[in-house]
Amino acid sequence: MLTSEEIQVKLEYILPTVQKPGRYIGGEINQVVKEWTQFQTKVALVFPDIYDLGMSNLGLAILYDLINRRNDALAERAFSPWNDMEKAMREANVPLYSLETKHALSEFDIVGFTLPYETLYTNTLNLLDLAGIPQLVKQRQKSQPLIIAGGHSTYNPEPMHAFIDAFVIGEGEDVIHEIIDTVSIWKESRAGRQELMTNLSKIWGVYVPSLYQVYYKKDQTFSHIEKLSDSAPLPVVKRITPKLPPATTRLIVPYIETVHNRIPIEIMRGCTRGCRFCHAGMITRPVRERPVAEILEAIDQALEYTGFEEVGLLSLSSSDYSNILDLIKVVSEKYTGRHLSISLPSLRIETLSVHLMDSLKGLRRGGFTLAPEAATERMREIINKPVSTHQLLETAHEIYSRGWPTIKLYFMIGHPSETLDDVQAIADLCKAVLAEGHKVLGNRAQVNAGVSTFIPKPHTPFQWVQCDTVEQILAKQGLLKKELRGRGLKLNWNSPEATMLEAWLSRGDRRLSKVIYEAWRLGARFDSWDEHFKYDLWVQAFSKERLDPAFYTHRDRSIHEAFPWDHISTTIRKKFLIDDYLWSQRRQTRVDCRDQCFACGILPTFSELRQANPGKVWQCPEVKPKKERLIASATNEVRL
Amino acid sequence: MRVRITFKKGEAMRFIGHLDLYRTWERIFRRAGLPLAYSQGFKPHPRINLASALPLGFTGSNEILEFWLENDLPLHDIEQRINKALPSGLEIVHIKQISLEESSLQSTVAASEYTITLLESIPELYKRINEILEAKILLCNRRGKQYDLRPLVIELLHSSCENDTHQEIKVILKTEEKATGRPEELVALLGGHPEHARIRRDRIIFKEPTK
Repeated sequence: MLTSEEIQVKLEYILPTVQKPGRYIGGEINQVVKEWTQFQTKVALVFPDIYDLGMSNLGLAILYDLINRRNDALAERAFSPWNDMEKAMREANVPLYSLETKHALSEFDIVGFTLPYETLYTNTLNLLDLAGIPQLVKQRQKSQPLIIAGGHSTYNPEPMHAFIDAFVIGEGEDVIHEIIDTVSIWKESRAGRQELMTNLSKIWGVYVPSLYQVYYKKDQTFSHIEKLSDSAPLPVVKRITPKLPPATTRLIVPYIETVHNRIPIEIMRGCTRGCRFCHAGMITRPVRERPVAEILEAIDQALEYTGFEEVGLLSLSSSDYSNILDLIKVVSEKYTGRHLSISLPSLRIETLSVHLMDSLKGLRRGGFTLAPEAATERMREIINKPVSTHQLLETAHEIYSRGWPTIKLYFMIGHPSETLDDVQAIADLCKAVLAEGHKVLGNRAQVNAGVSTFIPKPHTPFQWVQCDTVEQILAKQGLLKKELRGRGLKLNWNSPEATMLEAWLSRGDRRLSKVIYEAWRLGARFDSWDEHFKYDLWVQAFSKERLDPAFYTHRDRSIHEAFPWDHISTTIRKKFLIDDYLWSQRRQTRVDCRDQCFACGILPTFSELRQANPGKVWQCPEVKPKKERLIASATNEVRL
Repeated sequence: MRVRITFKKGEAMRFIGHLDLYRTWERIFRRAGLPLAYSQGFKPHPRINLASALPLGFTGSNEILEFWLENDLPLHDIEQRINKALPSGLEIVHIKQISLEESSLQSTVAASEYTITLLESIPELYKRINEILEAKILLCNRRGKQYDLRPLVIELLHSSCENDTHQEIKVILKTEEKATGRPEELVALLGGHPEHARIRRDRIIFKEPTK
């Protein structure tokens, strides 16, 4: 394996020959370079796509900052080289290396992959290969790095179980320290790799797949999972950090243009809306808010450290942030005139949102985005996102009246029981919005419709639902393409085949590991890139493993079926999801759970955490201490 | 206030291109807390001007940029603040205030002096240099258009010694609106591989003395 110096010499010859060499050099402001000694635990943080995408990932930035603050550990970054760079690296025998010090990834103690979505899986395998690290868990020796992975897709870790030593389920801020401590202690000992795995499995939030065995029924559905070690937890409960830690402000400033060139500040984690299709909304509960003062301080600090021109105030549903009016008022007062842009996505469809955006007038840039998702009353009740047409048109009118010429509308096709009439309604609604624009701005008005295809995700009330077939999707997209064209209208859609890949992997099981491996072997890479995704390779891979892809997407599932991801607990009870699924079939909606707690299961599991963190910062109901509860009930009895 | 900085763009920034360099400077000024002046109009942008674009893959010893501030500040204060915000690979060589009336930097650029280090030797380099200097026309192809490089070559000499690990060439090429000589094209004409040449711009030469 080449040393850091040898790699740098080779890079001198390679870098002039590739596109955007700035992706591969590091050296940016706020990068952390520590002395490479034997005294720390060395962590390589990897986003398995190119630098331009990976550098916008907030999770990676948070962990980088946290790990580097320790004096017994260091964190460096690596990303997927683009095709031209990979070819040059392989030809020159340059292994995957870290940006900061150009050390081969195989020299690190821990390599951590961020996996926010499933279409990054083949890139992950490719990076292990490029790094010279055995791709299979069972092939790794003690001297080789521990391979861990985190991110939203790991809530169903099973398709990647053969390649990842340990998954981090949930939020990483606290658990990453425990993992590093465990690895550090183990390094000192003479124990084998197996012992490390056992030790890791004892940490709350860590899932070590090799310590479990799965079984299937004759009909190929999932039967059950058994633990092979006493200390391995079952279920594996997700990790949450009870209170949001201070925002990361010392962000690395890329030299080259990346997807988001801005300061990301989470104003809130979690969501209480309960939209049934939404994976993120289900898995990021409970809602925890960041106080306004903290947000303002974070913005100031980050501006000082980075010099970025834009700040993104992020959450799943920003209108629901308790102090959104205050926050926006203070932010606009403070930063007007400083040539700073504020982006505030994920606002509710109501005129209040327009007032909010308007008060950011000097600071705002870009268009206005609304996400109605469905266009008929029936569909809205099924997905539990009841935004009325009237509300949408009223809001649109307000937006156009303030002078914003373009509105972006997000819709989803493929929801359960959807018909072509429902899809027609989407087209009609887009035109109705445009008509509002014509009233105010004439031909200047524009509507950009982004219609994505719904994929049933695990741990949601729709995890029993059949996914639309490619033919069904094509028919629906065909209708929309026919209707939504001409002046003022633009339509964006996803490739149905690419949708299938995500659909297969989302509700996959352990058997898919072999399919993913075979797809990689056949040349699958950058599956989330339209121009590189090769559907045929995946079909071939499924065929080789004698598995029917339709099994994972297009069959009816009984509510009694056991799922391959049931043992990963989001703490939302399966019964809650079943009830919500059945309610959806009856067009019964749930209100925002801030207004009425539906006892999804978060509180019983985390009652102690909630008690220790009382007040408005958590949006779940308060949990009174046990003593108070006993006295209260005793008092009641006396009164009776 | 109009300020001119002469700066070095070193190894660490070699693979940062012109536009990215511009953006880097904008962020340096923001981190430094300097009151940058912005242009008027629909999409105001900071008033920063780089004298001459330095292509991706080149380093520069005396690159020049100018920027405008909303109000006057002491020069040493400006320099101090910028120094604290500089990334590795950028270094201030000289800083001075310029009169607001002076003509724009770009309009006064005349030529560029480069040092080219060849990572792979070109056989009979002396002979080839002479051939170039004696040639009446040097036909080159750039983006499908044919043009003559010879009039753009102002000076060319072999500058390395026997004991140097790599061959070295010094060249002065015209750098004007419609006539810019590219050192990589010269390397190709000499029989070398542009990708195996390390190029450094030693200085920008102006039409009139501006320093």
